[in-house]
Amino acid sequence: MFEHFDAIVLARIQFAFTVSAHIIFPAFSIGTASYLFVLEALYLKTKREVYLELFNFWKTIFAVAFGMGVVSGIVMSYQFGTNWAVFSDKAGPVIGPLMGYEVLTAFFLEAGFLGVMLFGRQRVGPGLHFFATGMVALGTLISATWILAVNSWMQTPAGFGMNDKGQFVPVDWWAVIFNPSFPYRLVHMVLAAYLTTAFVVGAVGAWHLLKRTAPLRASTMFSMAMWMAAVVAPIQILVGDMHGLNTLEHQPAKVMAMEGHFDSHPDGAPLILFGLPNQAEKRVDYAIEIPKLSSLILKHGLNEPLAGLDTIPDDKEPPVAIVFWSFRVMVAIGFAMLGIGIWSLFCRYRGTLNFNAWLHRAAVAMGPAGFAAVLAGWVTTEVGRQPYTIYGHLLTAESHSPIAAPAVATSLIAFIIVYFFVFGTGTFYLLRLMARLPRDPTPELQEDPIRTQGITPGPAQGDSHAH
Amino acid sequence: MPIDLAFIWAAIIAFGVLAYVVMDGFDLGVGILFPLFPDKKDRDVMMNSVAPVWDGNETWLVLGGGGLLAVFPLAYATILPALYMPLIAMLLGLIFRGVAFEYRWRTKRWERVWDVAFAGGSIVAGFCQGIALGALVQGIPVVDRAYAGGWWDWLTPFSIATGLALLIGYTLLGSTWLVMKTEGELARRARHLAQRLAFLTVIAMGVFSLWTPWLRPLYLDRWFGFPTAMFSVIVPLLVLGSLYLIVKGLKSGKDVQPFLASLGLFILGYAGIGISFYPYIVPTSLTIWDAAAPPESLSFLLVGALVLVPIILAYTGYAYWVFRGKVRHEDGYH
Ligand code: HDD
Ligand code: HEM
Ligand code: HEM
Repeated sequence: MFEHFDAIVLARIQFAFTVSAHIIFPAFSIGTASYLFVLEALYLKTKREVYLELFNFWKTIFAVAFGMGVVSGIVMSYQFGTNWAVFSDKAGPVIGPLMGYEVLTAFFLEAGFLGVMLFGRQRVGPGLHFFATGMVALGTLISATWILAVNSWMQTPAGFGMNDKGQFVPVDWWAVIFNPSFPYRLVHMVLAAYLTTAFVVGAVGAWHLLKRTAPLRASTMFSMAMWMAAVVAPIQILVGDMHGLNTLEHQPAKVMAMEGHFDSHPDGAPLILFGLPNQAEKRVDYAIEIPKLSSLILKHGLNEPLAGLDTIPDDKEPPVAIVFWSFRVMVAIGFAMLGIGIWSLFCRYRGTLNFNAWLHRAAVAMGPAGFAAVLAGWVTTEVGRQPYTIYGHLLTAESHSPIAAPAVATSLIAFIIVYFFVFGTGTFYLLRLMARLPRDPTPELQEDPIRTQGITPGPAQGDSHAH
Repeated sequence: MPIDLAFIWAAIIAFGVLAYVVMDGFDLGVGILFPLFPDKKDRDVMMNSVAPVWDGNETWLVLGGGGLLAVFPLAYATILPALYMPLIAMLLGLIFRGVAFEYRWRTKRWERVWDVAFAGGSIVAGFCQGIALGALVQGIPVVDRAYAGGWWDWLTPFSIATGLALLIGYTLLGSTWLVMKTEGELARRARHLAQRLAFLTVIAMGVFSLWTPWLRPLYLDRWFGFPTAMFSVIVPLLVLGSLYLIVKGLKSGKDVQPFLASLGLFILGYAGIGISFYPYIVPTSLTIWDAAAPPESLSFLLVGALVLVPIILAYTGYAYWVFRGKVRHEDGYH
């Protein structure tokens, strides 16, 4: 299948494939862990049974998704060494300790308290159980912080020197961690995770509202999710804009590719809405543009000059078409999310939030939107930084391991088959878990919290939704 | 005397890998034993006995990998390409067994599939870890800061033998864990198995110890030269002592002792290997000082490790404490 590729291309495909598979799960579990924390807090405060029901419902889903996140993450931590040995040797002294801190402060915390959170409610009591949920949620956020420090350092490296062995050596850890793009990337990614979860929760709530299976629980989760969408989507767009301005400052070639600007515009650059980037001819075919708008967005002035890819040597340009399109996919989804948020506010105001079937249908359709936006965003980021792995300092073509192409091809094929099988089945189970939720708790159960506390036995759960 | 950061880190990484081997060792062992316990109820209990802790156990593997990248980047960059195939196979095995913990409870029709995934994944992972150990002991050639061998170099009779030996050792840990954590017929069968596996493990350790010295002059010197030869006398005695404790514990119904004594066996074997290749981290190409990251990196992470590792051990201990005692089928964690 892959006999025409060399080891570098294969290693890149393998990295892109495995990291894309991985990011899907954290994007969901970062948000869900926080959501579980909120649900449990609400339950402890109000003692309303519906929050505990929702907690148990989402906890099972979280457990399955988290498991997939863990196994795909372990692959990532070995992939740097197996496929990118030169990169590991050179960059290890800088990024290694950051990942080491991620393990010590985040992964152990999550794993240590996950068991208590999933299986320990009867054994530890409500206070400690709540604490465990909090630690799991905190762990996911700490994890995102460190790994984004790593990634941002690779995008906008700072605070380092070189030694005589050709290694990057940390000089100022503060500058390494708080490198120029880190704050923007961290906020943008965490908000992305929250939005992703909000739209999944919203879709499940809307689905059950449409099916009328469990009005109380469904409307509670739908309402919570729509608040998130209405509040966070606009913030995310603002943060995205600031992120872009930061990129313009530090990685101008990436922004040129996102905008499709092959030529420099000395007196005001147009915003290209759509078109077909043609890298060979250095132009965008069939472009639909709005004059001067790009300069207005990026430079806050209609006639500000904006440089184009003609100022970048050909062999240092990223692949324009991929970056151009993935960026548009992300932005389109961002505005669609904003639209849903505004629409939900309007329905809320009119008192039809639980009854507007069109809103519910739209929310169901938008369920997977967060995942698509996250993937599109990462493709923009990563492909836009090519041809470097460490921007401006280490070329991708010089980062790989001395490994024969057949070895990489074999492992790539194995990963593809296994991931599609394992994560495909997992996704099926997740959807089935989301579709369950037979009835709202009956009044007797509501008076007796002990009955529903803890976990329904697994096999019984299997029964209730097996077809 | 300046503090030898590389040495301290070698000790910490060695501790992390040992923690991984003994902790994931018993939960992999439980998976490897699955085929011998065909009854569904037994399997439910077996899986539930490790379900709350397996993720924490496996995190030590991430610490091993991530830690190596941080403090011995050159070792990370040469060992991983050298062990490419067994490591990828191990990762794939870990994927199957990791997801089985959740998937198995989410379906009736495919329960068998995830039983097989759990057992198969555990077997592949354990076997590949053993192969990786064997290949490392054989030595890895390094030229100009890069691995200088082929992608099949790891495959030798010796590495296959260490793969099998580790599988046997893991099943010993798994079976003594079951003796400790379960009751009734299941525990009785585990006890029976543990008895045999204890002898098999000691035999495997013996074969390994007699074979290793002939692989490299360094090892021969370590085993029979002064002063390290003293260990060559003491360690076998301690091994026999552990064996005695396992067998005695199994007979007299002290359910915790066999597990602890099996851990002892592992620690002894591990110390033996450590003594053979110190001060190399990539035998016999790179010493810990050749591979160490610059001092800025070592000291930065050391501060965190010294504070955080004790905290981690404390809450990990707490998690085990929460789930102490025998697991019953009715407990149904899932
Ligand atoms: C739910 C997810 C989501 C949504 C709705 C958006 N983004 Fe985004 N975006 C991400 C999720 C994301 C991400 C996955 O989190 C990325 C990838 C890497 C990163 O730092 O964030 C990203 C990267 C990213 C970058 C690349 C930065 C770089 O690599 O240097 C820019 C310029 C934007 N975003 C801008 C926007 C704008 C203007 C949006 C609104 C319309 C927007 N994003 C919506
Ligand atoms: C923070 C964690 C991440 C780190 C440290 C990281 C690092 C890397 C490295 C080392 C490469 C290989 C060299 C290269 O081809 O550029 C790479 C490539 C790539 N990564 Fe990331 N990455 C991260 C997150 C992600 C995520 C979450 C995605 C997507 C969902 C992603 C998408 C890609 C893609 C598509 C490539 C291939 C680009 C190409 O070859 O043209 N990355 N990244
Ligand atoms: C190439 C880069 C990456 C590597 C090497 C990596 C490594 C890992 C590893 C080893 C695990 C398993 C931890 C355990 O055993 O509990 C994991 C899980 C996790 N990772 Fe990644 N990761 C990468 C990218 C990312 C990114 C970009 C994010 C988010 C911003 C992220 C967030 C998480 C989270 C929250 C978990 C917990 C499990 C889950 O939520 O499903 N990781 N990662």
